[in-house]
Amino acid sequence: MIEFHNVHKTYRVAGKEIPALHPTSLRVENGQVFGLIGHSGAGKSTLLRLINRLEQPSGGQINVDGEEVTALDANGLRRFRQQVGMIFQHFNLLASKTVADNVALPLTLAGELSRKAIDQRVAELLARVGLSDHAKKYPAQLSGGQKQRVGIARALATKPKILLCDEATSALDPQTTASVLQLLAEINRELKLTIVLITHEMDVIRRVCDQVAVMDAGVIVEHGSVADVFLHPKHPTTKRFVQEADQVDESEQRDDFAHVPGRIVRLTFQGEATYAPLLGTVARETGVDYSILAGRIDRIKDTPYGQLTLAVTGGDMEAAFARFTAADVHMEVLR
Amino acid sequence: MEVLLSFFANIDWSEIWLATGDTMTMLFGSLFFTVLLGLPLGVLLFLCSPRQLFEQKGLYALLSLIVNILRSLPFIILLIVMIPFTVLITGTSLGVAGAIPPLVVGATPFFARLVETALREVDRGIIEATQSMGASTRQIITHALLPEARPGIFAAITVTAITLVSYTAMAGVVGAGGLGDLAIRFGYQRFQTDVMVVTVVMLLILVQILQTVGDKLVVHFSRK
Repeated sequence: MIEFHNVHKTYRVAGKEIPALHPTSLRVENGQVFGLIGHSGAGKSTLLRLINRLEQPSGGQINVDGEEVTALDANGLRRFRQQVGMIFQHFNLLASKTVADNVALPLTLAGELSRKAIDQRVAELLARVGLSDHAKKYPAQLSGGQKQRVGIARALATKPKILLCDEATSALDPQTTASVLQLLAEINRELKLTIVLITHEMDVIRRVCDQVAVMDAGVIVEHGSVADVFLHPKHPTTKRFVQEADQVDESEQRDDFAHVPGRIVRLTFQGEATYAPLLGTVARETGVDYSILAGRIDRIKDTPYGQLTLAVTGGDMEAAFARFTAADVHMEVLR
Repeated sequence: MEVLLSFFANIDWSEIWLATGDTMTMLFGSLFFTVLLGLPLGVLLFLCSPRQLFEQKGLYALLSLIVNILRSLPFIILLIVMIPFTVLITGTSLGVAGAIPPLVVGATPFFARLVETALREVDRGIIEATQSMGASTRQIITHALLPEARPGIFAAITVTAITLVSYTAMAGVVGAGGLGDLAIRFGYQRFQTDVMVVTVVMLLILVQILQTVGDKLVVHFSRK
């Protein structure tokens, strides 16, 4: 479990104090994939680097599994960092070392295993990320996705309990992003590894995260399960991220629907409700007519969800709305 | 053929080979000590410089000043100023042994600056990644910084070696011997143009070899 108690960070630039992270308290349960989303400069990178103290906090306390990270001395910090893997946007592989030597580096630095044991562990790791055939290559000979796989293998070398991902897919194309995210989800599931990732893409959050925190100007403005935050965004920053991900502009949509007759409602289904034949049943029973103005049916990690915007006309509208609400569907009346 | 031979009338080849040997001894002797002293100095300069692992404004300013003073001193002056110190170390200020200390003192600050620059070329992300693995500062230097900067360091050694070739020529002034000395004493002072030409050609060949080998090493370690 990662816990932040009133942790804050200010940088001193040219004699002025610039806050990067306002006092923040936070808890990440073991085995979770925790996403931090924010625009650049929102403080998410600072927050991530405070966990393994690549950034020193200006105040507050950070605990990991009960150990006070903020109180560790240089030796303790080195030992602690061996239990926390990290991957980076630009991979940060050593160009002078082969793939195998890059993956072996954390083990060599730790100095606990024999050469033979290290070789064996490296082979295991390369097999896990699907790069066994590339062990003798240099990073310059690999594609971006392969480089990040090497990064992941390297981060897992010391069998850490936490993996920090710093914009790990931001430099990759959509297809490669999907495969790297899939690998991360697999690792989380199979190794019971806690993953903290930062990103500026809502799609990354939607695909792999359990919990999400939205950051803006050094403050966590919204925080909760991905489904809650994603389907019912409250803070303007969150709303903007969701709209960007869905590629909808709410004000534009409002104009488009201006000439549509009837009431307009937005229904949000989650889990099994997504697949239930609710609309047809309700329409038949209450005599309303509906047309679908906009909609999306997708998954958040493993949970299916649907979000439909309907124009409803005729029949017993109040009864229809009551039926929707009763059926465990979240309903918002837009007009 | 006659004309060609008469052109080289003044050449004493055994003298040329002896001088070439002296130049090589001075070059590689001083290069060895320059790298031995300059590499740690360069690493220290890098670590103390602003926004690096051991940012030390005062120490960096002091080291920087010493390096700049030595680099701004003309080598010919350094040769003379160094004489008492050279005698202290080697027991003589003459010959090959007398030339090596001033060569080392002249080249080390230059080499250290090149090393500092080569280290600065290493991506900060590499240092951060190594730190995140729990590396100590010493491990960051030996396992990440130096291997990553290796192409740059080999380029620095090459440039330094070639600079040392021209310094050895000047060391003739303090009676160091070598090709430069031969060029000055026979080629210049006795108007023996043939000696001048041969010594210059020998120096050129030496520089060419150094540059080629250096470039090959840089490419080999670039891993691109």
